[in-house]
Amino acid sequence: MANECCVTENKRIMILPCSGGSNVGQLANQVAVELTKQGAGKMFCLAGIGAHLTGFVQSAKDVPEILGIDGCDIGCVRALLEHVGIPLQRYLVVTGLGISKSHDFHSIEQDLMKVKEACEEVIRGYEKLLRPR
Amino acid sequence: MEIKVLGPGCPRCQATAKNVKDALNELGIDANVEKVDDVMKIAKFGVFATPAVVIDGEVKCVGKIPTVEEIKGWIKK
Repeated sequence: MANECCVTENKRIMILPCSGGSNVGQLANQVAVELTKQGAGKMFCLAGIGAHLTGFVQSAKDVPEILGIDGCDIGCVRALLEHVGIPLQRYLVVTGLGISKSHDFHSIEQDLMKVKEACEEVIRGYEKLLRPR
Repeated sequence: MEIKVLGPGCPRCQATAKNVKDALNELGIDANVEKVDDVMKIAKFGVFATPAVVIDGEVKCVGKIPTVEEIKGWIKK
């Protein structure tokens, strides 16, 4: 919760990474951080939604758009949102970009741009929907 | 009943607080309404954006101005 009053443009898109314990989970997390820093959206806490805390669940229900980033096709972000009845409009799976899942965290930096660019493409698709020609 | 309106105090937050009061007046219900404008206190509710409305500890809406009818529906439940 930043101190902007109230809903700013970057808060139209909630970014929910799985932040899982693998290279691809942490890639999802780091890309969410980078996208938030550049103002493309705002990272939010998936754990709070999973814990069914009303502030987090209601925030996800009321935000105009969600970008879910799963590390692998186990799909924890997708499953968690389905569990609380929240539709996932924008979605990306890191392993779907040809990045293999492992528990080696040393190579995250070299794949970061690839995942970030893919997420930006997903967000651009959303922006086109917001501004129809 | 305790109702909190979360928001730093912009016109959208004020409109939300007014709608809450209007809903209570229309229902003839007396409730403790608190405007929470401290950002650190707002953060403890885990909301993504403001304005937000909390009724008896449960967050009912986030980042939008609820209508009087919506608020009346939450209060009745």
